[in-house]
Amino acid sequence: MRNGTKDSMANKPKTSARRDRGRRHPLATVALIMVGLIGTGGAYALFTTSATAETSAAADAQLDDGAKLFAANCATCHGMALQGTTQAPSLIGVGAAAVDFQVGTGRMPLAATGPQAEEKPVQFTEEQVAALAAYVASKGPGPAIPSEEYLQGDGNAAEGAELFRINCAMCHNVAGAGGALTEGKFAPPLGDVTAVHAYEAMITGPQNMPVFNDANISPEDKANIITYLKYLDETPSVGGYGLGDLGPVSEGLFIWIFGLGAIVGITIWLTAKSN
Amino acid sequence: MANDHDGTNPRAGTTVEKYGEHNQPTAGTAVVSSDSVQNPGFEPFRARVADLDPAVARAQERRVSAWFVLSIIGSVFAIVAYIIFPIDGTPGSIRNNNFFLGIGIALALLAVGFGAVHWSKSLMDGHDLVEQRHGTRGTDATREKAIEVFELGNKESGFGRRTLIRRTLIGALVVSPLPAVVLFRDLAPAENPVPLLKQTMWAKGVRLTRDPSGTPIKASDVTLGSAFHVIPDGLNESEHKLEEKAKAAVLLMRLKPQDLHVSAGREDWNYDGIIAYSKICTHVGCPVALYEQQTHHLLCPCHQSQFDITHEAQVIFGPAKRPLPQLPITVDSEGYLIARSDFTEPVGPSFWERKL
Amino acid sequence: MSTSTDERPATSELEPTRGQRFTGWAANYVDERTSISGLVKELGRKIFPDHWSFMLGEVALYSFIVILLSGTFMTFFFQASMVPVLYDGSYVPLKGIEMSAAMASTLDLSFDIRGGLLMRQVHHWAALLFVASIGLHMLRIFFTGAFRKPREINWVIGFLLFILAMAEGFTGYSLPDDLLSGNGLRIIDGLVKGIPIIGTWISYLLFGGEFPGEDVVGRFYVLHILLLPAILVAALGVHMLLLVINKHTQFAVPGRTNDNVVGVPIMPVFAAKAGGFFFIIFGVIVLIASLFQINPIWTYGPYDPSPVSAGTQPDWYIGFADGALRLVPPGWELELGPFTLSLNVFIPVVVLGLFIVVVAIYPFIEAWITGDKREHHIADRPRNAPTRTAIGAAGVSFYAVMWAAASSDLIATHFKLSIENVTHVIQALLILGPIIAYIVTKRVCLALQKKDREIALHGYESGRIVRLPGGEYIEVHEQLDEYERWKLVSYEDYKPLMLRPNAKGRITAGERLRARASNWFFEDRIAPVTRTDIEKPGHGEH
Repeated sequence: MRNGTKDSMANKPKTSARRDRGRRHPLATVALIMVGLIGTGGAYALFTTSATAETSAAADAQLDDGAKLFAANCATCHGMALQGTTQAPSLIGVGAAAVDFQVGTGRMPLAATGPQAEEKPVQFTEEQVAALAAYVASKGPGPAIPSEEYLQGDGNAAEGAELFRINCAMCHNVAGAGGALTEGKFAPPLGDVTAVHAYEAMITGPQNMPVFNDANISPEDKANIITYLKYLDETPSVGGYGLGDLGPVSEGLFIWIFGLGAIVGITIWLTAKSN
Repeated sequence: MANDHDGTNPRAGTTVEKYGEHNQPTAGTAVVSSDSVQNPGFEPFRARVADLDPAVARAQERRVSAWFVLSIIGSVFAIVAYIIFPIDGTPGSIRNNNFFLGIGIALALLAVGFGAVHWSKSLMDGHDLVEQRHGTRGTDATREKAIEVFELGNKESGFGRRTLIRRTLIGALVVSPLPAVVLFRDLAPAENPVPLLKQTMWAKGVRLTRDPSGTPIKASDVTLGSAFHVIPDGLNESEHKLEEKAKAAVLLMRLKPQDLHVSAGREDWNYDGIIAYSKICTHVGCPVALYEQQTHHLLCPCHQSQFDITHEAQVIFGPAKRPLPQLPITVDSEGYLIARSDFTEPVGPSFWERKL
Repeated sequence: MSTSTDERPATSELEPTRGQRFTGWAANYVDERTSISGLVKELGRKIFPDHWSFMLGEVALYSFIVILLSGTFMTFFFQASMVPVLYDGSYVPLKGIEMSAAMASTLDLSFDIRGGLLMRQVHHWAALLFVASIGLHMLRIFFTGAFRKPREINWVIGFLLFILAMAEGFTGYSLPDDLLSGNGLRIIDGLVKGIPIIGTWISYLLFGGEFPGEDVVGRFYVLHILLLPAILVAALGVHMLLLVINKHTQFAVPGRTNDNVVGVPIMPVFAAKAGGFFFIIFGVIVLIASLFQINPIWTYGPYDPSPVSAGTQPDWYIGFADGALRLVPPGWELELGPFTLSLNVFIPVVVLGLFIVVVAIYPFIEAWITGDKREHHIADRPRNAPTRTAIGAAGVSFYAVMWAAASSDLIATHFKLSIENVTHVIQALLILGPIIAYIVTKRVCLALQKKDREIALHGYESGRIVRLPGGEYIEVHEQLDEYERWKLVSYEDYKPLMLRPNAKGRITAGERLRARASNWFFEDRIAPVTRTDIEKPGHGEH
């Protein structure tokens, strides 16, 4: 469905923007923007033509694919009718967004039981993920995959940053470096999370993350948060290498091991007798 | 090379103090043995290559100068970098300015340092010199003089004899700093802090609003699994915004009503499974806002206290003792969430007069 | 004072150059007004022993100078005010956000002043290095026994400098009024409120009202740039003065005795080395500051009592206190009638207080146990004072465990563990760690001493096996020369105190305690090799 095009659209301008900041070569920037625009435009054209060409028969075929994939990969735990079992929750009403997030980041299908489902290589193609999402969405209304307009990262970064600090930073860390939760669970780092998955996480509340519905944080504000995340991702740390954004702990370790270590080395050279 | 140890036990401090036999300090439980091994004296001096070969010395000289020249290059580089890497507000420009300016200055400093050390190590006289230690205490004669000074001072002033003067002087000196202590009272306002700590902006009918926008929240907005960060209505216009926020910050969550274990007297404090708890940790006051929507645990990121929301925020792990205070809530006629009253106990870290 | 002869150029046969004439004139000018030649004569050729570990105090001194220089630069730009302003600087994700003038001016210093960020990073890295080098310097002093008479007072002054450095660090960390430091202050507020009886009032006076108030940054600023540095510089002056008076300790190298100092003279070798070392330290700090980011306050954002970041930690030197707070088991709070006693806060404060008091007075404790009133100028090798070294190792592990506890959440996420298990293990280690460290260190020290004794008497194992005429195989031991041997055999030896009645024929409780402590210290001892041991016939074989 929309999944594949979404990726190509979100990614290409992003790449060119990063180059722009890093190398600051005007011609390269222009060239990359051109490539990005052409690529995006092309993909968009492809998408629109194929979308208009799609018939209800194609949609039915997708639902069919989704049902088969579900039965083969998910039904053991979530039940044939999505009703849930003792091992896994019901999926009725979780919506396409939840499926796209869980399966699209590789968290589902679960590899092994642990404190929480972890990100791993995605098990399905984009078409298969889309088919699964469509199938689950057809069984009960739930949050849909977000619209492109909120995923561009062109909102207000300052407002997004403030909302991020209030709603997200206590688990994910102010720099999005992640953090510990109880009993071995953790809030993952946000560095390489795509805009669509970040948005879907907010509206569906995967695992132990609370839900931030549109009444809590409006779609525009979610777009602002995504803008800030994009800013964090694409902006080089201004003061030099960032030491993993872990704050005083990594700074303290650095000064003891490398700072003082180097200096002790120098003192040994300094006081050694010359030959 | 001087070899001037005198053969007595070189380890213990016996020979340092040379002020008459009766003043010899005690060695305590140390074993002073007459059979200890003799200090063999200095090892023979090993000459450096530069001491023996003038060509090597000249090479070293050039090397030291090269360091100093490198330092000049570093300084010039830093000045140039300051000019050619201006800051235009973009992160990249700041990063470049920081990097190139820093590298230039670091080079200038390090090269001076390495040059100077290299000079001292390779070209300056390499012999160790010997200096004798003397006991730290003054000589007996000096001490006698010092005692004499004190005695004269005492005699001429009558400090020891005139007890009335001495005692009143000591009294005056002890009392004189007290006004300075009093002066510090007005570091804080006159009013008693204890009542302030026991009240927040919450009161009957105050709407729960979103942090930071201050927009009111309808009960229907709070879906299952949601967590809202909440401030009282009017906080953003309040004169003491941060002080009020530091007490009034609240976390709003919705659980299934059957998951809540409500104690007697708190039956009407939640609204259809929507509950509000103070975000300020009862340990030392960090905001506790890490809400896990499946386990219903709240975790404090500072010292890892954990609170069970289904059991009225009882502590289940970590150093905190008391549960987070619950804010009694209901809805008004328009469906917006409002407080029933202020918190029924002080929020935040414990303090001595908390129960008073 | 007859200084006139000194000022006349000694090389009178040669015509002095212009430079020499000027130097001579200037020296004369200054000396006629200050009699500084006396000082130069006294100190110019003072001897300073060479050992790498003797440079650690210098690292602290030099990083302090770097802190003073970079800090002074920053005062020209920083506004110590908590008045709210709307940020309108270059950093996009904070544009239009309300923050204190302190935070806004720190951002402007970082983003809109060329070199401002560099100076901030130099200042902060230098501060971390300052406290770290003081710590390492203290460990060197402790483990070599360089705190013994006549240096006990200087140990206490140095300890005071350590505390002042931490106070300087914490006040400085709080000044930008960012989210991280604001939550740090919030924790301090909670700590202070946990002090029985007076806590509420101390917090109220400190913050000028309720937390956070609008005063604390201004107050900390005065402490940070005026009061604490003034005390620090004064204490540093006394520290250095006592160093000159007591002269430096030295290791037991052949020729070095308790009565002499062997090393290089201040003029010129030491001056060149130490002066060069200053530039190296400065250069290393600037290099780190230009390559590695520290304390990105723009990421943390302005202080607001509602948000907090995962991984909220203090700078490393406050970490042990934060860790101690984390390790308290649940439920430590008492209600005494109408009053609340926060043991979960108060006990860690008291334990840490006791810990640092023991560190401060340790020289007096050891002096009391040994009863040794002599001066000691030879630094011990740590193995030769096994109990002291073991106590030090226990103290270090106690500190290190609390320090590790302050990053328990990061340990959990990075090693995929649960925070609860990490906390429980660290709680156990807080008790077990020092005990294990004590036992292991003491045994290792004694073993090393035995090995030293073995080598001093029988030489090194050469690895050469020789067959004797009788068919017996032996390994040839290479004997040490007397210089090598000296390093192994020269150390202080103590015996446990024998309890004896005093002049009045009584054994006091204090003396009993001292005997017990002495026994604890010295019951396991390896006596140094004596001349008789070496001359004993036949020790060459084994």
